[in-house]
Amino acid sequence: MSLAYYPGCTLKTRARNLEEPAVASLEALGFELEEISRWNCCGAAYSLAEDDLIHQVAPVRNLIRAKELGKSELVTLCAVCLNTLKRANLLMGEDAEKRNTINSFMDEELDYDGGVKVVHLLEVLRDEIGWETLAQKVKLPLRDLRVAPYYGCTLLRPRDVAIDSEESPVILRKFLESLGAIPVDFPEFARCCGSYQVMSDPDGISEYARTILGSASSHGAEALVLTCPLCDYNLGLGQKQLMKKYSEFRAMPLFYFTQLLALALGLGPEVCHFELNHGAPEALLREKKLLP
Amino acid sequence: MSVKEKKRNPVETATNEQKQVAAGLISVYIMGKRYEVPEGFTIMKAMEYAGYKFIRGCGCRGGTCGACGTVYRKPGDYKIQVALACQKTVEPDMYIAQIPFFPANRASYEFSKLTSAPEEIFKLYPELFRCVACNACSKACPQGIEVMDAISALKRGDISEAARLSFECIQCGLCTSRCFGELAQYHMFQLARRIYGARVLPRAEHLTDMVKAVSEGRYEAILEKLKNTKEDELKKLYQEREMEPVSAGEDWKPKDGKSLWEAR
Repeated sequence: MSLAYYPGCTLKTRARNLEEPAVASLEALGFELEEISRWNCCGAAYSLAEDDLIHQVAPVRNLIRAKELGKSELVTLCAVCLNTLKRANLLMGEDAEKRNTINSFMDEELDYDGGVKVVHLLEVLRDEIGWETLAQKVKLPLRDLRVAPYYGCTLLRPRDVAIDSEESPVILRKFLESLGAIPVDFPEFARCCGSYQVMSDPDGISEYARTILGSASSHGAEALVLTCPLCDYNLGLGQKQLMKKYSEFRAMPLFYFTQLLALALGLGPEVCHFELNHGAPEALLREKKLLP
Repeated sequence: MSVKEKKRNPVETATNEQKQVAAGLISVYIMGKRYEVPEGFTIMKAMEYAGYKFIRGCGCRGGTCGACGTVYRKPGDYKIQVALACQKTVEPDMYIAQIPFFPANRASYEFSKLTSAPEEIFKLYPELFRCVACNACSKACPQGIEVMDAISALKRGDISEAARLSFECIQCGLCTSRCFGELAQYHMFQLARRIYGARVLPRAEHLTDMVKAVSEGRYEAILEKLKNTKEDELKKLYQEREMEPVSAGEDWKPKDGKSLWEAR
């Protein structure tokens, strides 16, 4: 089965370790991620200004590309792309006046009415494949690997685009359990990583990392799993700063969920690109006998 | 015949262009003023006919130099249309303006120090990320380039795709004149194509071989022989030379070029 897929810019540069294991894993699960053609940046942050419709044009164009393919669903891997596309989609579905303005501005494109459903790959795993089926496909269970599921902001907020309950989400927990890992719940699962604050205050980003990673660690996690390249960047950069500041601070490996998926499906480290990860994950994986 | 007389007797002394006038005049608006110009003229010729003299904004007159970007509208249509003045023929009642030049930011760089990392372009042109995907650039391209797609490619670090999509860019600058984010797309694309050509595309091995063969003097002897050939003999050789058949495949080689291949 082929799924229309929107990668997003970062997945083609810094976050190849988010994309490549996803494509390989889906293939192993009998799905093809069909990258939509002529896609552009999702907008990178949803514009909240009422009358700032020009910033809805970029995400809506991508939704039109999926419609052109005749697809009713568009899959994303990046949490920010998901959020931006999904909210723009909601706007196009619900606000007739703004929909008309945007459609008439993009007079070179098909009219669009919010008809394509934007989903995250975790939702595909939950709703279309199912945790039990996924568990059966696991070839290398991530036994003894204690992983904290970190959602960040954009998978869970605002409520009308959330992929799970924003108070007590279970999707990443179920995902980790299906792969044979030990999910380690921690209270900072949805705390902001600092987001684009890193642009204006790169040094301040370490405080976010200290809170999030410190909490995960004190609850017994050995690693963190995430879905967002911006979270990965901020927590990674924050960790580096913390190690310089505090000699006792120990880096925690950060994994994209797709890397753990590919590893558990037995696809090997070649598709996972652990070399691009923060926090030296390979040592931990070797210790757990998940890497040779 | 003097200029004065020429003016007095237009019919007798008409040039081919002026004879076309008789075929039919149409109205166009150049910079907002109405002129009667001959049907079938290009915009550039029509403007010259109307009395404009191009000292800039006119180059090859063959549609390749990009100097004569034009915008126009037709009555009753909100769409801005674009063309090259040397290529587009006038249509009745079109409103025409030339945009021969548009100020555009061109970054300076030392090319030998640039790598193929996308960050190089991001650093030189940070305004790249001001693109909101409005697509006004693509609509303004007289070459039909998907300018916005090429910018999107650059934003995601795909220099090769940006180079490929922008291959037919003639740097007229109309995209830049329409850009909401004040990007100079055509300068970014030129940099992308330079990086693609120099750092991404594989080197042509046969070219290296050939340069080596030439510099080693392997062709000296046959060139010397040719230089000492009599004119009549040269003419005969030229006329009787072997031509590449229209249906020749890629591996076709001339029989009489044998000595050349042997020299290699």
